Amino acid sequence: MTVPTITPYRPAGPAGPDGFAQLLRAEWTKFRTVRGWLAGLVVAALALVAIGLLAAGASSSSCQHVGGGPVRHGRACMPTFPVGPGGLAVQDSFYFVRQPLTGSGSITVRVTSLTGRLPAANGNPTGPPASPGQVPWAKAGIIVKDSTRPGSAYAAVMVTAGHGVRMQDDYTSDRAGRPGAVSAASPRWLRLTRAGDTVTGYDSADGTHWARIGTVQLAGLAPTVQAGLFTASPGYEVITQNFGGGTTGSGGPSQATGVFDHLSRSGRWPGAQWAGGYVGGAPGPGMGGYHQAGGRFTVTGSGDIAPVLPGDPGQTIDSHLVGTFAGLIAVIVVATLFITAEYRRGLIRTTFAASPRRGRVLAAKAIVAGAAAFVAGLAAAAAALYFGAWVARQHGTYVLPVSGLTEFRIVAGTGALFAAAAILALALGAVLRRSAAAVSIVIVAIVLPYILGIASVLPVGATDWLLRITPAAAFAVQQAMPQYPQVTALYSPGTGYFPLAPWAGLAVMCGYAALVLGLAVVLLRRRDA
Amino acid sequence: MTALHAEWTKLRTLAGPAWLLTATVVLTVAVSAATAAATRCPAGLACPVDPARLSLTGVQLGQAAVAILAAGLITTEYSTGMIRTTFTAMPRRLTVLGVKAALLTGAVLAAGTLAALGSLAAGRLILPSHGFTAARGFPALSLADGSVLRATLGSALYLALIALLSLGIATAVRDPAAAIAIILSLLYLVPVVAHVLAPDWYRHLEQAGPMTAGLAIQATTGLRHLPIGPWAGLGVLAAWAAGALLAGALLLRLRDA
Repeated sequence: MTVPTITPYRPAGPAGPDGFAQLLRAEWTKFRTVRGWLAGLVVAALALVAIGLLAAGASSSSCQHVGGGPVRHGRACMPTFPVGPGGLAVQDSFYFVRQPLTGSGSITVRVTSLTGRLPAANGNPTGPPASPGQVPWAKAGIIVKDSTRPGSAYAAVMVTAGHGVRMQDDYTSDRAGRPGAVSAASPRWLRLTRAGDTVTGYDSADGTHWARIGTVQLAGLAPTVQAGLFTASPGYEVITQNFGGGTTGSGGPSQATGVFDHLSRSGRWPGAQWAGGYVGGAPGPGMGGYHQAGGRFTVTGSGDIAPVLPGDPGQTIDSHLVGTFAGLIAVIVVATLFITAEYRRGLIRTTFAASPRRGRVLAAKAIVAGAAAFVAGLAAAAAALYFGAWVARQHGTYVLPVSGLTEFRIVAGTGALFAAAAILALALGAVLRRSAAAVSIVIVAIVLPYILGIASVLPVGATDWLLRITPAAAFAVQQAMPQYPQVTALYSPGTGYFPLAPWAGLAVMCGYAALVLGLAVVLLRRRDA
Repeated sequence: MTALHAEWTKLRTLAGPAWLLTATVVLTVAVSAATAAATRCPAGLACPVDPARLSLTGVQLGQAAVAILAAGLITTEYSTGMIRTTFTAMPRRLTVLGVKAALLTGAVLAAGTLAALGSLAAGRLILPSHGFTAARGFPALSLADGSVLRATLGSALYLALIALLSLGIATAVRDPAAAIAIILSLLYLVPVVAHVLAPDWYRHLEQAGPMTAGLAIQATTGLRHLPIGPWAGLGVLAAWAAGALLAGALLLRLRDA
């Protein structure tokens, strides 16, 4: 007896329903059609924006003109800073003894002393500083500056109190010259040469053997520039790191005095005599001045030529992104449920029956969840930055400007942060198959290190390690302000500075996500569904 | 009484709760010890540190395990469908919730006391060799000191209240993932968001947040500078827990299981 062969019924549908594109489409359909998940992503984006706006509007300023007048609030009180050539807010305040220089030329001088005064411990905070002493970045030297307008381009060579000879230009760049402190027994010779847009700085110990420190291009430098001697001394601050996480600062303006001689010049100097005065306004009465006698200049000044750092007068744009945590929690829940819900409902068996290559299923899920989270994070971060800046302006809070590239990095980085967290949560959900455990592990791994580091008791060293090796390192991608070695400030995660470079921090989180995803693929293949 | 016995059998025979209680103790002590080991008081510097609070830092991680345990107690019953069996056997739903809460409180109090005592012991062993010596105003941590005793037992109470808060939220939410996310947001978001706010907002938020207020119970020094006093802070957390349990109970009564 022969058994008749039965040809199974095959639908005449399009061929190749197990292609990766179809798989992606299937997973996207699942994602799209669960109302709670899309709502979760919307909640994530809204939470990010709403908390950011709360932070942007939290502080508001009120002010009054010196000597009376009505008390004003909000926008009218916005502090203003000069804007430097890179678009950054800068401090540009120093005592300048200057003459115009037309065309190419050079200026050479010998510095024999740099001394200073600090505010007395309990002294009058508005009066001139009284007790002898120097801040490490007190500086005296020669400068070539586009104009006396605060924020204009410059290049300078200077003697500093604690960091040897330096050449600085355009507020952010800083090069080291000859080390060591200056004294009458060990003077420093400084020289600046201008040719077109190029300014070159030299230093020497004896005035005959010169070493070049650096050459800088100052694009669009005016034909006639202001050149001469300057002294500046940044504010003196005693910063105490509290173990409660906060910091306290106290101090006031400091003052430095430089003594110059052997001044020589070359090139066309059309002015007749030296003129002294503050660029950017004197920081207080009785601070700064110069004295010339027999080729010897004594120049006293206060202030600094440096970028403005986050602090009292300004917010950084990353403070408008503090809602990222809330957003991440929602994203983590959605991404975890994207896989654990299939286990809970038994849908995973249907899924694997339809496309038996489990690694590809997980890859498709990761792509869908990651892409959706990326879009949500990107849109939310862009909105938070845009509206945050607007709200801050309405409240008279100064927002430190950053370059367009930095803004792009922060917005795209926040999207990538959401995507990486989503993939990490999805992969852990596939490993554990339990939503509660997966959700809590990912939240704790991302959020707790940040809390312990910023709002808690850990010392700075331990915080730095936590923010290097845990997924929380990824928040570095939101750091708005770079760290400047030539500016004394408290650089810590609490003030918005992370131990890793932005993309390196994000890479740590991506590494965790890749690791757990790999583990998930192995386990998915080995285990029964 | 039978309800208590039934719930106790569930708690005792499931693998999850035992693991999570162990995790609470281990994580709390480990993080506390690591924090103590990472903190040094260099010679010649004044260290504004509260050694008892420092030694109990691990509670901030341990509470996550407690929250998972408490949420799981009710949400797993919903996700497996067990809740219908439970309510068929014990139709008085509030009794079930009450019994769960009582057992949870007992279990977490026991584990929390163990965790807090372990953390304190770690601090007592580690801190003196890191510059926190009696000669510099840091006497060895001892339960004979009233405020240290309050901080230690208060930490256990804190964990128990966190468990009740989590149970209340989970009863209201029912979905394990959503419940955990809401609980952890409530605990951890306040300190992060408070950080960027203006000082007066910051203070109010710290006074109102369940974690920031509740952890005031751990403070032994500088009490006057705290945003909220130790017992008042724990009271705020207790109010949160009561509110969450009330909301959970109400929804449990009103909804279909």
